[in-house]
Amino acid sequence: MTATSVIELLRQQIESCEAQLRDLRQQLAEAEHDQQQEQTHDRLRHATDPHGDPLGHDMNFGIHDDFRSEVFAALSHVEADKPSAPRWPLDKSEYKRYGRQLIMPEIGLQGQLRLKNASVLIVGVGGLGCPAAAYLVGAGVGILGLIDGDTVEESNLHRQILHSTGRVGMTKVDSARIALNSLNPNVKLVAHTSHLTPESAIRILQLYDIILDCTDTPASRYLISDTCVLLGKPLVSASALRTEGQLMVLNNPPLRAGDSRGGPCYRCVFPKPPPPESVVTCGDGGILGPVVGVMGILQALEAIKLLTRNAQPPLTSEPMLAQPSDPPSLLIFSAYANPMFRSIRLRTRKPKCAACSAQASVTAKALESGSLDYVQFCGTVNPVDALSPSERISVDNYAKLRLAINPFTGMEPSKESHILVDVREKVQYDLCSLEGSINIPFSMVSHTSSHPYNEGNGRQQGAEEQTWVSSLRAYPDKPIVVICRRGNDSQITVRKMKELGLDNGGQRWIGDIKGGLKAWGQTVDRDFPDY
Amino acid sequence: MGNIKFSVEFSGGLQDLFGQKKIPIPSDKNEDQIQLPKLLPGESLKLKHVIDGLAAKLKGRNAKLKLFVQGDKGFYEVTPGILVLINDSDWELEGEYEYEIQSGDQVLFVSTLHGG
Repeated sequence: MTATSVIELLRQQIESCEAQLRDLRQQLAEAEHDQQQEQTHDRLRHATDPHGDPLGHDMNFGIHDDFRSEVFAALSHVEADKPSAPRWPLDKSEYKRYGRQLIMPEIGLQGQLRLKNASVLIVGVGGLGCPAAAYLVGAGVGILGLIDGDTVEESNLHRQILHSTGRVGMTKVDSARIALNSLNPNVKLVAHTSHLTPESAIRILQLYDIILDCTDTPASRYLISDTCVLLGKPLVSASALRTEGQLMVLNNPPLRAGDSRGGPCYRCVFPKPPPPESVVTCGDGGILGPVVGVMGILQALEAIKLLTRNAQPPLTSEPMLAQPSDPPSLLIFSAYANPMFRSIRLRTRKPKCAACSAQASVTAKALESGSLDYVQFCGTVNPVDALSPSERISVDNYAKLRLAINPFTGMEPSKESHILVDVREKVQYDLCSLEGSINIPFSMVSHTSSHPYNEGNGRQQGAEEQTWVSSLRAYPDKPIVVICRRGNDSQITVRKMKELGLDNGGQRWIGDIKGGLKAWGQTVDRDFPDY
Repeated sequence: MGNIKFSVEFSGGLQDLFGQKKIPIPSDKNEDQIQLPKLLPGESLKLKHVIDGLAAKLKGRNAKLKLFVQGDKGFYEVTPGILVLINDSDWELEGEYEYEIQSGDQVLFVSTLHGG
């Protein structure tokens, strides 16, 4: 059993390394191809050989030799005189590459030049950052900065489209650079391979024209917004969870703090952070790839709109008026609603905002000195610690209880001796579960009031809740073992069961399994799926 | 107030808290009904009454209640991180808790998302 799993592990590792090698070879081939093309291109541009020139070919016929040499002398003279002055504002290959957006009135030559001269920073190269970066690099921004301190994990790949199977374990920034460079080698990519900190935020963000917040925690959202206000940069902020996404363009226009005509910042909209227990991550709540993809692409779109604003002067007959900024709004995307998009009007700058008002307490000095603790400001969730050691059992001991042969009866495993309650939601329970367990979803447990007679939620619900409680009451002698994904909800469930009196005043043992199914998969049953 | 018909909607995960995306008020379904105060003649229904009524539906489930309202100050305040919108515009533009509900209003509670 142990030997085969080691062999299997090695096989998987070799397979992964080979995939990575294949991937690298392909990247190398592409990079070499690009370089070769560039060199050929340069040679063509600087070629003086008239025979290679289509123009020279035409002139070979019916023209005096003297005149010909004069013309060539003149042509080569011009070229020798101004070797660096380009004939067109964009490189020939750029006309070709960006042709489909160049011919749009919203972009045009001026818009493309603005993109080329612009620098954009992407904070977080995950589900939002990957598609946002891909479209901005595709569109030809001059410089793209990437910040992330994480490495690529297998569970990222369904949505973080710049990364690949072969690059699992690589830093997200490096993985993204490889993909983006092969997409468009004209864009200069700047790597910042550690997470943004209050001390480094100003130094890094000041290098860029527009910031995209593609992060996933409230602390980083406040930090990025505050820094954008201090530096006068517009901020395109998005987030996504499960089937929904939200998008805001903040600090737009990015006027200085105290100027009420400036756009609201993240603190204007959310002056106080949410309670930490209400913050759900993609790892816990789930995320559908295209949902976060849509939001990342919308961020790229808003950045392009901001960079190319007023790039095309209006027709001469119309008065020259600068387009005003769009009024501040929050776009809500909901994949399973109809309609899927909904835009709501947001407030303007908050007169007493801590970041962007005249009374702002967030200053560059406070930020750089590290005296603003964003993690503390947003709070953290303490690990659940609701039970005493005697109410908890380790996965190893539970495995013994479950699998060991009973020394008295000789053979009967102890599986039937207790009730194993799995409190993960049904959809997770259906993915994989321990044999013999029963599923009582945590949402049902937490819907159940500990004081049944104070129930104010309507009859039907009350009756339903009673079912799981009474079914456990029907076997008053069997100990109850509760398990969940990581060992938090199981503790709360044990508490609730005791409040409901299911332990018969302490006569029946009720407890949970420490570390949940994650620990079970790591130490007891290596084949148990980890999702 | 008997004639006022409006709706309450939830987004950003709050729909899971209430088990509904949208509750029409008054509702056809008994279990969706929310308790609203009896108003004296001339008194009007305010947004704070609706918030109290919604909070009452979560009573007895403290962990959930706190995700919607906080009652530290002796009255219910919407939990930070939740935007309240009246007919698709920020409630700060409309008078917040004191806003007088009109027939046909759509009140939307949006919890901010953080994933990315």
